[in-house]
Amino acid sequence: MRPKSHAFRSAAKDALADETLQDALKLFATGFPEKRRKAVAALPEFEALREAAVLIKDHTLAHLDRYLEQFTDRVEEAGGHVHFCRTAREARETVVAICRKQGARTVTKGKSMVGEEIALNEALEAAGITPIETDLGEYILQLAKEPPSHIIGPALHKTKDQVSDLFLEHHTPLGFDERQEEGEALVAEARQILREKYFAADVGITGANFLVAEGGSAVIVTNEGNGDLTMTCPNTHIVITSIEKMVPTLADMTVLMRLLARSATGQTMSVYTTLVSGPKRKDDLDGPENFHVVLLDGGRSALLGTEQQDLLRCIKCGACMNHCPVYGAVGGHAYGWVYPGPIGAALNPALIGLKESRHLPEASTFCGACEAVCPVKIPLPMIFRHWRNQAFEKNITPFFIRMTLKLWAFLALRPRLYRRFAAFAAWGLKKSPPPFVKGWTDARDFPKPEGRSFHAQWQKRGGS
Amino acid sequence: MDTVTKKPSVGLFVTCLIDLFRPSAAFATLRLLEMAGCAVSVPDTQTCCGQPAYNAGDRKSAEKIAKTVIETFEAFDYVVAPSGSCIGMLRCHYPEIVKTNKAWRERAENLAKKSFELTEFLVDAVKLEMKIPQPARRIAMHDSCSALRELGVQRQPRQLLPLTEIENSDRCCGFGGLFSVKYGDISGQMADKKAAAIQASGAEVVTSCDFGCLMNIEGRLKRLGSDIKVRHIAELLAEILDAP
Ligand code: SF4
Repeated sequence: MRPKSHAFRSAAKDALADETLQDALKLFATGFPEKRRKAVAALPEFEALREAAVLIKDHTLAHLDRYLEQFTDRVEEAGGHVHFCRTAREARETVVAICRKQGARTVTKGKSMVGEEIALNEALEAAGITPIETDLGEYILQLAKEPPSHIIGPALHKTKDQVSDLFLEHHTPLGFDERQEEGEALVAEARQILREKYFAADVGITGANFLVAEGGSAVIVTNEGNGDLTMTCPNTHIVITSIEKMVPTLADMTVLMRLLARSATGQTMSVYTTLVSGPKRKDDLDGPENFHVVLLDGGRSALLGTEQQDLLRCIKCGACMNHCPVYGAVGGHAYGWVYPGPIGAALNPALIGLKESRHLPEASTFCGACEAVCPVKIPLPMIFRHWRNQAFEKNITPFFIRMTLKLWAFLALRPRLYRRFAAFAAWGLKKSPPPFVKGWTDARDFPKPEGRSFHAQWQKRGGS
Repeated sequence: MDTVTKKPSVGLFVTCLIDLFRPSAAFATLRLLEMAGCAVSVPDTQTCCGQPAYNAGDRKSAEKIAKTVIETFEAFDYVVAPSGSCIGMLRCHYPEIVKTNKAWRERAENLAKKSFELTEFLVDAVKLEMKIPQPARRIAMHDSCSALRELGVQRQPRQLLPLTEIENSDRCCGFGGLFSVKYGDISGQMADKKAAAIQASGAEVVTSCDFGCLMNIEGRLKRLGSDIKVRHIAELLAEILDAP
């Protein structure tokens, strides 16, 4: 996916003015957080699980090479293949090559953020292969030709009304010419259309929520069961995911699983959890003949051993964006790349560069709501801070802001001069707000000082 | 003086926003600290905690300012500010800012231990046992993000005053320092949601432990033409205690 994060400001402005989007976000704002709160309250060991999850992930990351090897050995023993891809391009080409080798014309796809990251659909289409999204949200977006706006609810920026219109437009040629308005009817219609596609597809591509080193398994979690049909019907199953999804053992995986659904949607568990470990065995009744795991690095290994390594603990639950007031105001598209919200603001600079994405870690009040809910305790605000430091050091921060800050710091370090400045400011601000606070005054009155500054009054009283 | 009866010495950190915009909150703080039996000083070498620089990525300036603040306040028994976010700087961030120098880190950690936001100081440190009369008006509480999530201040203001809860009280009001100007439209929408929640609570007054949030909330309420009063919690407490 080509990043558009540099245009965050204007995209945010548009998002704020988009009434349909604002309606969708309003619904979203109350849903997930409340469900998560209840799920967490019902599980006394939730905090202990978070601690355990941090240890598991930190340990795995410290020995990632070893676990990747173990995973690869197990997959190969089972008759599957593992492909390591340094870049998005390598990953794309690998997937396309596997599909080509199978002579694939259509592929079904489960939801995969890494698939978005490497722009897989575009690559498949360019190779003359038709990708069909099977996750309902992704399916809607494929029709609408839009990227996801949330990592677990990719289409939650769409209202039901918009979906009704989209389905009517795209399904009429397929014989569904009645506009459905109820959620269930819409789902039923999509299911009916997708059902045939599963059986016709030559290759099924899914993401993975976890990779388990000990058994060489990929764990795929969905609420719709589309993942299972995608991976079992076609002759070839490709898992496309990234290296940090690794955990050592099944027991470790279950710790993370208990956190995942609760943090994401407030469910105790998602509806379908499937472990796949290799292609169909001799006595299996069904399953794919070929099994491939395509593992993307995409800039992640460069984070190992740095202060930002904690980012690789992320289990992509979406809780941080569900609780983020900035995400809640502008939605996911404004972030301009695959990962929106706090995790995007912290991770994207590492993956697509700080120049492109400098606004994302800037556009935070440091309210800390994300860190407070993150199941693997990623210090997201601290990582925003890291990027802001980098931006300042590398002169990516705009000149005017840098100069204003330097001037202000100069004053702050000189109390006597600062008092004079404060006296002047108190006098000036009583008359009118300064010109450079338009961002503030568009929506709010600017505060007026009461009179003379505290320190001026204090000095006059003789400082006692 | 006998050490048993010696009053604890408190350095009052006024904070730059209150110094400039709402001196009455600082005078109220002073009054409360004195009522609580403290010997209060207002060191005149103080300016600001350095948050604007630190949050904007200007580490060098932040470090210089942090060191000045440490020097200014480390000799007191306590440093108290009517602000969760400035105390958040002293307690949670200064040790990190100066971490590469062992001596400075120790000094920062020492200061961190005795830094208190006003309401937590009154409730937890000096255990103020003063009968606070029931306020006449309905007061809504906005929890500032720094007080709530950096310092864990939530119980203390409620222990001091009966406060009306607003919906999503823990949700950021959208201030965020420079954020409110740089991303004014996002910030403005967040402030609007906060103002709406306050209006829906039916309160006549809204308060908080942080003046930054209050400036933002007041700005939006005024723009909406609301007559809900916006007061720092220090002002309310001092007013109620001083009332005849
Ligand atoms: S950063 Fe934490 S809260 Fe956000 S998606 Fe990742 S695991 Fe979930």
